Amino acid sequence: MVTAATSYGRSGVADWIAQRVSGIILLAYFLFIGYVLLSGVDYASWKALFAQTWVKIFSLMAVLSLAAHAWIGLWSVLTDYLTERMMGTTGNVLRLVLQVLIGITLFVYVVWTVQILWGY
Amino acid sequence: MRLPITAWSSITHRASGVFLFVGMAVLIWALDASLRSPESFASLQECLSSPLAKLVIWAILAGLIYHSVAGVKHLIMDCGIGETMEGGRLGAGLVFALSAVLIVLAGVWIW
Ligand code: HEM
Ligand code: HEM
Repeated sequence: MVTAATSYGRSGVADWIAQRVSGIILLAYFLFIGYVLLSGVDYASWKALFAQTWVKIFSLMAVLSLAAHAWIGLWSVLTDYLTERMMGTTGNVLRLVLQVLIGITLFVYVVWTVQILWGY
Repeated sequence: MRLPITAWSSITHRASGVFLFVGMAVLIWALDASLRSPESFASLQECLSSPLAKLVIWAILAGLIYHSVAGVKHLIMDCGIGETMEGGRLGAGLVFALSAVLIVLAGVWIW
């Protein structure tokens, strides 16, 4: 079987499902946060909310979903435009470089969020 | 560019996805400031009262709203609903209309 080394799940169907599941988790999380903000918060209530274990877990789930979702999504974008067919070898090199930069950025997002959730 | 409405809906979904990848850094930064200390919470609140900061937040929310509405339409079509030419046009039209309403509401909320 041909697999793509930089795809997320090493197969198209796995990526397709992960893209949808992570999208739904992100949507649920943003609706939750939006609802909380609309109800009005001050520092004490906001802090108390994020002190709860389930909110920490939900937030961690959201940032992990973000990492998977953005990786898959941006992979689709890069493999559509930066290709060998469109710009020769430059396409392959540029695509891999950008993919590495995206991976590093998403890794930072995850670690940063873990730090926010459990560090303060 | 003259493109069918379905093509516009697809390219804006893509553009909003790329934009959100960057926008999330701002939101995580805001989350950081909001939970770090009472002082940083207060300074975040103050910063967010500046027109420019409001505009940045509104832009991110607009991207999030459009991408989410179009994303949900994707999920509905994945279930086999509206997968015709007409259904596709109608779906794209609905996505634009609903997003526009929600984006205006988000703007009202911010200001
Ligand atoms: C919040 C951060 C988010 C980021 C950075 C993001 C980013 C992206 C990107 C870059 C794509 C690829 C677009 C393309 O290939 O044309 C994508 C696709 C997708 N997004 Fe998101 N997205 C986010 C949130 C969401 C949410 C909340 C939903 C809600 C349901 C969602 C649903 C989808 C779906 C269903 C697709 C697949 C579209 C397809 O198969 O062509 N995303 N996303
Ligand atoms: C959601 C994230 C944020 C966005 C989008 C944002 C954006 C901005 C923008 C556009 C300005 C320029 C305002 C102007 O010139 O009218 C500004 C100023 C400023 N920001 Fe932020 N900022 C954010 C978060 C923060 C945080 C977390 C802090 C500190 C903890 C902060 C502190 C400040 C301060 C002190 C100013 C100068 C205010 C002034 O000169 O009136 N900001 N911000």
